[in-house]
Amino acid sequence: MSGALLSVENVMVDLPTPRGNLRAVDHVDLAVGAGRTLGIVGESGCGKTMLSRAILQLLPKKAKLSGRVMFDGQDLTGLSAEKLRKLRGRSLAVVFQDPMTSLNPVLTIGTQLIETIQEHLELDLAQARQRSIELLAAVGIPAPEQRLAQYPHQLSGGMRQRVAIAVALSCEPQLLIADEPTTALDVTIQAQILDLLAREQQRRHMAMIIITHDLGVVAGRTDEVAVMYAGRVVERAPTPALFKRMRMPYTEALLAALPKLDVAPHTPLPAISGRPPDPTRPLKGCSFSPRCRYSAGRCTTEKPQLSPAETQEHVYACFHPIAAGAGA
Amino acid sequence: MMLQVASDPLMKVENLVVEYSVGGKTIHAVSDVSLEIARGETLGLVGESGCGKSTLGRAVLQLRQAVSGKVLFDGHDLTTLKGEALRQMRRRVQLIFQDPIASLNPRRRIGDIVAEPLVIAGVKDPEERKRRVSEVLSAVGLDPVLVSGRLPHEFSGGQCQRICIARSLVLNPEFVICDEPVSALDVSIRAQILNLLEEMKARYGLTLLFIAHDLAVVKAVSDRVAVMYLGRLCEVAPSEQLFARPAHPYTALLIEAIPVPDPDVRPTQSVPVGEPPSPIAPPSGCRFRTRCPRADARCASEVPELRVVAPGQYAACHHPLV
Repeated sequence: MSGALLSVENVMVDLPTPRGNLRAVDHVDLAVGAGRTLGIVGESGCGKTMLSRAILQLLPKKAKLSGRVMFDGQDLTGLSAEKLRKLRGRSLAVVFQDPMTSLNPVLTIGTQLIETIQEHLELDLAQARQRSIELLAAVGIPAPEQRLAQYPHQLSGGMRQRVAIAVALSCEPQLLIADEPTTALDVTIQAQILDLLAREQQRRHMAMIIITHDLGVVAGRTDEVAVMYAGRVVERAPTPALFKRMRMPYTEALLAALPKLDVAPHTPLPAISGRPPDPTRPLKGCSFSPRCRYSAGRCTTEKPQLSPAETQEHVYACFHPIAAGAGA
Repeated sequence: MMLQVASDPLMKVENLVVEYSVGGKTIHAVSDVSLEIARGETLGLVGESGCGKSTLGRAVLQLRQAVSGKVLFDGHDLTTLKGEALRQMRRRVQLIFQDPIASLNPRRRIGDIVAEPLVIAGVKDPEERKRRVSEVLSAVGLDPVLVSGRLPHEFSGGQCQRICIARSLVLNPEFVICDEPVSALDVSIRAQILNLLEEMKARYGLTLLFIAHDLAVVKAVSDRVAVMYLGRLCEVAPSEQLFARPAHPYTALLIEAIPVPDPDVRPTQSVPVGEPPSPIAPPSGCRFRTRCPRADARCASEVPELRVVAPGQYAACHHPLV
């Protein structure tokens, strides 16, 4: 896709395991432009986190990456460690599920913010400190000045995630990747953090990728959604089209399996039978076919490729797609 | 405070208080909670982390000692039972935990894990044990011949939760406490386990206390729902009624905060900022008042009691929404 800030082109990630090669990410193409939000949805093991690590060039040492990750005109896969380090934190920021993985427990909040800011921006200590206070205020932390002297363990989970977001935003990144940013948080805090991310994304005209297992999280807060299954993107569409005119049976099944508030108690849920395939034993056909109620014919012998639905923006990989407009 | 649901409830919790001491400070985990659960009923218990819902579940089973209050199971006060008498009662009450993999001993075979409660209960005949294990494993959708000899690491999270459910059912309990049984599972697996719990409830005539933080999950399985905040009950109501007409502002906040998988439903921005206060120093009066849009002076001075706001619906609020 031209004009995109980030485009992931035919990316594959292979991990050697004792059981054999594990293809965590399989032929993935994605793009996100400035000021846009892309949601990547999938269950555990679908490759969504490995994909985010491939974008950030933070894959495990043994992993093998192929394909291109074009960011702002340069291919990240070919960059030196030094150049990547400059880019990450400055233009390319990330918020992880557990804020304690990104915050250093033995450094104060202030040290961590000021250090990041001074590493990437030409600011003196007083300016960096001032900016830190503004950032903490912007992410909704009360008494930001006093917080600078506190350690992460003195804050609640929600407050820590706000700090992690403040660190991520500190150098005005062009792209923010949020990997399950609210999964560890309570529902009332989750709503606040998602609002905060959306607000900052708009204000800064950032590109944002939200990685989540929760279709509810992406529904109201993304422009486009990619659904992943067994390492592949199986459907990608503008958010309204994905929810209203889904074509891929997996997307339909995933949405149907969610308990809904408007359904009476004790109504059996339309569960997806079975479980995802063993990633070290790839299937010849569609990876979802053993669990799919529409599976027939070549589904088990041939891999469906992504093909467009009504519009070029909406693609799906299925031989027996749900009829247009028949989705939930 | 009256919360009568049946003339003969299977489980009755009366004015239960549970406190922990951490570093010389007292954590008020469960404060004066009363509940009744009728035979054959599923009571959902929801609240955010640290609200005391798991502690309440454990205190019911006497895995946590209560400071005061009673836990009446089938008329027997579990808090006064000891030794063999308590062990006899516990056979009738079982617990399923959140992390199914951590709940299984990694070095023991599935057949032995599921048979363990029978061994402890004194079922001496190995054939009888084997028969019971096979029966419950089949009931939860696992093939006893294939799984009995295998170790927990050979199974996925969803399968491990099936094994945990089988183990909890092997003694034919009457009452099962499910503590976040599906929160560690993926969406597609979660639906399978929720359906399985419903099937098992019908097949074995169980009464359930279903503890979870996810309101949609709780609604899917519960007849009534109790909402907890910072150690106290805010509201108890039949499921449909609770979601259609929440009476407590905290219940309303929880429902509003659920992300809805529909792009036409814009996420509400009305969720108040702020976080739950510490259970070490809970606010005076109503514990939710520091985050409540309706709070006034009375909320700070007077603890609201649970009272009837509609038929079957109880709320502890001075300014209920209904």
